[in-house]
Amino acid sequence: MSRRARIRGALAFLCLLYGAALLAGLIAPYPYAEQHREFPFAPPTRLHFAHLQPFVYAWAPDQAGGYREDASRAYPAGHLSGVFFPLGTDAFGRDIFSRLLYGGRVSLFSGLLAAFLSLALGLLFGVVAGFFGGWPDRLLMRAGELVMALPWLYLLLAVRASLPLHIGTIQAFLLVVAIIGGMGWVRPARLIRGVALSGRERAFVQAARGFGAGPGYLIRRHVLPLTAGVLVTQATILIPQYILAEVTLSFLGLGVGEPVPSWGNMLAEARQYHALVSHPWLLAPGLALIPVLLAFLVLADALLESPEP
Amino acid sequence: MKFLARRLLHGLALLTAVSFFSFLLAQMAPGDFYSELRNDPRVSPETIAGLRAQAGMERPLLARYGAWVRSSLRGDLGYSLAYQSPVAPLVWERMRSTLLLTGTATFLAWLIAVPLGIWSAAHRGTWRDGFSRMVLAILLTAPDLLLALAMLILAAQTGWFPVGGEASRGTPPLYDLAWHMALPVAVLVLGLAPALARHVRASLLEVMDSPFALSARAQGIPRRRLLYRHLLPAALNPLISLFGFSVGTLLSASLLVEVVMGWPGLGPLFLEAIMARDFAVVLAVVMLSAVFLLVGNLLADLLLYRFDPRIRTVDQ
Repeated sequence: MSRRARIRGALAFLCLLYGAALLAGLIAPYPYAEQHREFPFAPPTRLHFAHLQPFVYAWAPDQAGGYREDASRAYPAGHLSGVFFPLGTDAFGRDIFSRLLYGGRVSLFSGLLAAFLSLALGLLFGVVAGFFGGWPDRLLMRAGELVMALPWLYLLLAVRASLPLHIGTIQAFLLVVAIIGGMGWVRPARLIRGVALSGRERAFVQAARGFGAGPGYLIRRHVLPLTAGVLVTQATILIPQYILAEVTLSFLGLGVGEPVPSWGNMLAEARQYHALVSHPWLLAPGLALIPVLLAFLVLADALLESPEP
Repeated sequence: MKFLARRLLHGLALLTAVSFFSFLLAQMAPGDFYSELRNDPRVSPETIAGLRAQAGMERPLLARYGAWVRSSLRGDLGYSLAYQSPVAPLVWERMRSTLLLTGTATFLAWLIAVPLGIWSAAHRGTWRDGFSRMVLAILLTAPDLLLALAMLILAAQTGWFPVGGEASRGTPPLYDLAWHMALPVAVLVLGLAPALARHVRASLLEVMDSPFALSARAQGIPRRRLLYRHLLPAALNPLISLFGFSVGTLLSASLLVEVVMGWPGLGPLFLEAIMARDFAVVLAVVMLSAVFLLVGNLLADLLLYRFDPRIRTVDQ
């Protein structure tokens, strides 16, 4: 596939996923916290076809503690009132497909917002350091070294440890975004500093300076446009990394907590291996990560390739 | 030598700064190790105040920092309130387990990734390269978390591997240890190797496209000889940096896998300490991982200095 086609395809796919997560309220068959107490750990409902019309049977508990299909009544597949679970249910009988969509809101968007925050901070610090040099440059580079002195996950956990552990959902979401985004500015800042540093010496910038342009104008009209390429490629690298970071934090119980789903705290439920072994559909949020990350990888690869002549 | 001394001094300064900022951060943190006790009606506020005073929490920041530095210089790394013992022995034991796991995994990952990357680069543009790239991309995006959980299912369903832990009851012979390590190591290798292989491939391809490679091919140097004698050494530079990085992350790479698979390494210790607000342990783990990262970077720089003549000329 051509570079352009891959970029378009990956972008379209990601827009679809983000759109689905955003519209979870419309798409999801059930509210994320709705419990179907009679169907704990129900497996994904099987689709049957009669004359090309899809229909489903409800699950009924069998003697062995599992489920069998109750073939006495067929429901049309569009009929979603409490028997149709496309990806099965969890310990409380909550529909995993619905929770996956709502969880995507938290996980996908925390990655996006945190990357936005990182890039904004990186842009600010990088341009200031690169364009003006001197003590702001030295200060920012030293601060960057301090942040880079710790492995990424340890840094996140250490900073998270120094903040309140038991907080509400919205605060937790914002806190996770702030920590992940706030700790990730160093790499983009260094790259942007390099761009600003070389941009300052470019002939057309020097010429504009010679005509009397002030630093504000130079940065706005000449340096910022130069950083666009770095910003876009960094975004495709940072967003998936940050989605994983949110999933990890929530998985470890340090991010967004129950009952609001995030792909991380959904996976935490799969951590008791005896629950997981007989109910492998609990892994759905982990599997959902693969296409998301793959799309970002394809996007990043295609963007880094030099464009075709 | 002067280069080395300067780097060591710089590293030391960085470590001091990291530890000091950790103290500041802990100072601002809400609650401490005894916060949980406050909810217990049987414990009077006076008792808690006494405990806090005994633990030296009421002293000013600088005094506590000084005490921690002295304790670290003695080799205790502070005093854990949860374990009621100096931190160092706790951490050493866990660190051994973690290093055993990550050392093995990193070694295996490089062993697999380097030949795979070279092979893939040498067959650039063929279906074999395309296929291996696709498999690597999918493996690369499979999160460690998912792999670890999937391996747990495998272990429990087949019964071939133990589900978690480092050793069965009794003295662990080598076989038992290897049996317990197999799955965590497999997860780590599956997580590390694809990224490494992609880097090997990319850096080799970059060299293959350089003018000197073209001229060498034009002069009729055989493919194999060209690849191993001329291209590979030239592609070494980014790989050495990467090697330094993978040494640097030896302590931290396996945190999630350890937690999920019940490996008694630094990861679970660190997480428990965070939850219990046992600050001395958190700080010790943070400092150790920082030391590893610094040493890894330093190692990479020294290796680069040794193997890449281009760097030496720049330095002088």
